Amino acid sequence: MRDQKNKPTSDKRKRGISRRKFLKGVGLGSGVLSSGILGGPLLPEASAVAQAAEVEVAGPTPAPIELTVNGQRKNLRLEPRVTLLEALRDWLDMTGAKKVCDRATCGACTVILDGQPVYSCSVLAIESQGKNIQTVESLAQGDSLHPLQAAFVENDAQQCGFCTPGFVVAAKAFLDKYPNPTREQARLGLGGNLCRCGTYAGIWKAVLEAATGRRDSQRGIGQGGGSNA
Amino acid sequence: MPEYRWPEIGTTSLIGKRINRVDGPEKVTGRAKYTYDLKRPGMLYGKMLRCPHAHARILSIDTSEAEKLSGVAAVHIVQEPGTEIQWAGDDVVAVAAVTEQITEDAIRRIKVEYEKLPHLVREEDLAKAGDRVKPFTEQVTGDPDQAFQAADTVVVEGEYGLPVVTHCCLEVHGQVAEWEGDRVTIYPSIQGVERVAGQYAQALGVPASNVRTLMQYVGGGFGSKVAADRWGTACAQLAKKAGKPVRLMLERKEDQEVAGNRPSDFARIKLAATRDGTITAWQSESWGTGGPGGGGSPPIPYIWQIPNQRKIHSAIATNCGPARAWRAPNHPQACYLTMCPIDDLAAKLNMDPLDLVVKNVSLLGPRAELYRQELAKAAELMEWKKNWHPRGDRSPGPMKRGMGLSLHTWGGGGHSSECQVSIHPDGSVEVSLCTQDIGTGTRTVLTIVTAETLGLPVEAIRLNIGDNRLPPSGNSGGSTTVGGVSSSTRRAALNALEQLFLTVAPSLGVSPEQLEAVGGQIRVKGDPTKSLSWKQATAKLGVASIKEMGKQPGPQPNPGELTSSGVGGVQMADVSVDVETGVVKVNKIVAVQDCGLIIDMKTAESQVYGALIMGICYSLMEERVMDQLTGRMLNANMEFYKLAGLADIGELVVHMWTDPEQQRRGVIGLGEPPVISPGAVIANAVASAIGVRVPYLPLTPPRVLAALEKGGMV
Repeated sequence: MRDQKNKPTSDKRKRGISRRKFLKGVGLGSGVLSSGILGGPLLPEASAVAQAAEVEVAGPTPAPIELTVNGQRKNLRLEPRVTLLEALRDWLDMTGAKKVCDRATCGACTVILDGQPVYSCSVLAIESQGKNIQTVESLAQGDSLHPLQAAFVENDAQQCGFCTPGFVVAAKAFLDKYPNPTREQARLGLGGNLCRCGTYAGIWKAVLEAATGRRDSQRGIGQGGGSNA
Repeated sequence: MPEYRWPEIGTTSLIGKRINRVDGPEKVTGRAKYTYDLKRPGMLYGKMLRCPHAHARILSIDTSEAEKLSGVAAVHIVQEPGTEIQWAGDDVVAVAAVTEQITEDAIRRIKVEYEKLPHLVREEDLAKAGDRVKPFTEQVTGDPDQAFQAADTVVVEGEYGLPVVTHCCLEVHGQVAEWEGDRVTIYPSIQGVERVAGQYAQALGVPASNVRTLMQYVGGGFGSKVAADRWGTACAQLAKKAGKPVRLMLERKEDQEVAGNRPSDFARIKLAATRDGTITAWQSESWGTGGPGGGGSPPIPYIWQIPNQRKIHSAIATNCGPARAWRAPNHPQACYLTMCPIDDLAAKLNMDPLDLVVKNVSLLGPRAELYRQELAKAAELMEWKKNWHPRGDRSPGPMKRGMGLSLHTWGGGGHSSECQVSIHPDGSVEVSLCTQDIGTGTRTVLTIVTAETLGLPVEAIRLNIGDNRLPPSGNSGGSTTVGGVSSSTRRAALNALEQLFLTVAPSLGVSPEQLEAVGGQIRVKGDPTKSLSWKQATAKLGVASIKEMGKQPGPQPNPGELTSSGVGGVQMADVSVDVETGVVKVNKIVAVQDCGLIIDMKTAESQVYGALIMGICYSLMEERVMDQLTGRMLNANMEFYKLAGLADIGELVVHMWTDPEQQRRGVIGLGEPPVISPGAVIANAVASAIGVRVPYLPLTPPRVLAALEKGGMV
């Protein structure tokens, strides 16, 4: 069992593999990952793995995985190396999140995990169990766009559109945390996503406008000032 | 036959207004399905084993272990033993399996032996390029030797250069292939849905009539997505062998190494003017690489018709992924190599570069007067005269501020295009043509043109694109799309409307020529009381729909046509440079851009904003870094191949030049021109700030600090 588990790891080490590929390749249960490897040394000693192996170990063969996506439970059988992004796209056909850099750089794969924006290309599906996964697909209700999405359309904050869903989700998470951002906060707060067509000017405006719209809708536009008045 | 003209200026209800992108809602919701998002029934995942060496011969390939792996459905050798590979990352073996993960496992089990051959992957030092240098013929105009030596002549000399940059489309190159008998459907990520079908037919050896190509959305192209490519053919061959659909998308690393780039250009340049600032002579020795083929020669001096010139260019054949058209091919390089020396000449003459350019404006060819006006507008928006200072910001503290300017040109005349407009008895309208919207707003433009012509709202128009069975409308490249497809659509819509007028005229008791389509009505000109609603009018068609074609033959030379060619454009930048860290910050860029008649002001401005941001990327960050020892690209990813983020862009001011004279020129493309000048304006602004030229893009902190050390004001 242990031999089997370690196989992909040693196989990949020989090839000078990246930290993320290592994480994708190693077939460990969630307890081990969250308690050691991510925060600790890059390659755990064999003994550390042996000690940690008391917790449930999955893989490398497909294991049952339950994900909660946009409030719905999804039961899948996935190899533990499958990322959350791959699970969403290739198994659940939820393709709003895009695979672009596959290295936690560009943000096109952004989803919200228990309220926090994450690069889903660098989170394992098995690690996402028991967490609330929110994707871009949850924002619009039928033909009715989320106000933030409407602001993206109004400010032409998209060209080819490939980065757009990731930006929308990142912006949503940002506004959830900073409902009244300054221009400077928005400028820095949206720095985790990249666009190649160059739609930043529109995105910046859209996010600020969505925040203003949110304030206006809370206090009612044209009602003689907000709560401070 | 109707008169094929755009509506009179000032009479439009949609054209030239600020209309939202019609596919915006699909994109912001994530519902837009790109090639990478497609999942056909039973689809397999394809990947490629690639050559790790920059120059090698394949000796043997053993795929047996990969084929034994459970889940592997097809293995296809792309390049046979004996083939000489010319760049690292070139395709060798393609594999398809039931999951992406198993495909990766299979790739690792393939054994390939290579004979390594000598390689060259760096070109910036001409002296080290040896027999890889392919010199072009020297070109001489006038008498440069005499001009450089004439009395009272001021001469500047310098070396300037731009590295290879990649396209880095966010959607990597790739496709889905699916067979049904001897017919194949390809879902490509492409800038030419129609043209690529023929390439597949030829490569696969099937009749052209058996190839269907379908694509609704593409995640960026910028010139790099016009070919079927070897990986496209391999994907189709895997699908054929496996008897199942296959999706093969490149890895990011592969895309950066092999799927296209912009050639580099370096040059030693001499430029002369008389003491009063009249430019007299140009001399350049330039070189660059576009990969194994060497590459073309940049059009320098760019735009400036300098009377005395001597120039020679050398192409250097390198073992790097081949170049592809990159947004305004050759122009950003030529512009940088020309406008930087002109700025240096102004500094040496102790002149404001704006004054030097205006003084020599007659050398700017047929658009000289337009440039003069655009320079004046840009100067106003930048407050150039108030803010300009002689080279080198003398204010105290480490932050130095400066401004730079540049100008550019591009063609952008519409390509040939055919379109069918259908008006159905129930009032619905369909527009069908095989073009594609690569993010430029083509869908929006076509919808606006049809709606305007038929007097309907944009919501009333159904548009069909991205299918090679529709009327042919060419590739999206060279900014030729908007002129071509808007013109064919205008023609088809006018033709269809004429047929509708013929049908309904008797019921209104007038001749067809007396009718107009306005505000959802067909009405008698000058007598709005005599009208039919659109639906009443189309109901008179009975059961037969109107289907009319519009054919646009290509760019038209005469004014007043639907499309013409040739634009100018002026840009200015304001930057701050921290002379202690070498970090350059863009404070503001002003872009003044003409492009004939603008159909949708909102998406047109977006093109310019986007071009400026892409310009900031290649001016400050982008550079393909090759390692001569291993022959590999060191930053074939997105964490070390840097793109600007939202925090890097500064204030962008876009001014579209829309005087009546421009509008009479018809529709002209806009995608490329505004991406040409940013390198020059930002580099010139940096020189103005720190008092010394940083010769090579990108203007990274080490380059800025090196220039300061060499001759700066610190």
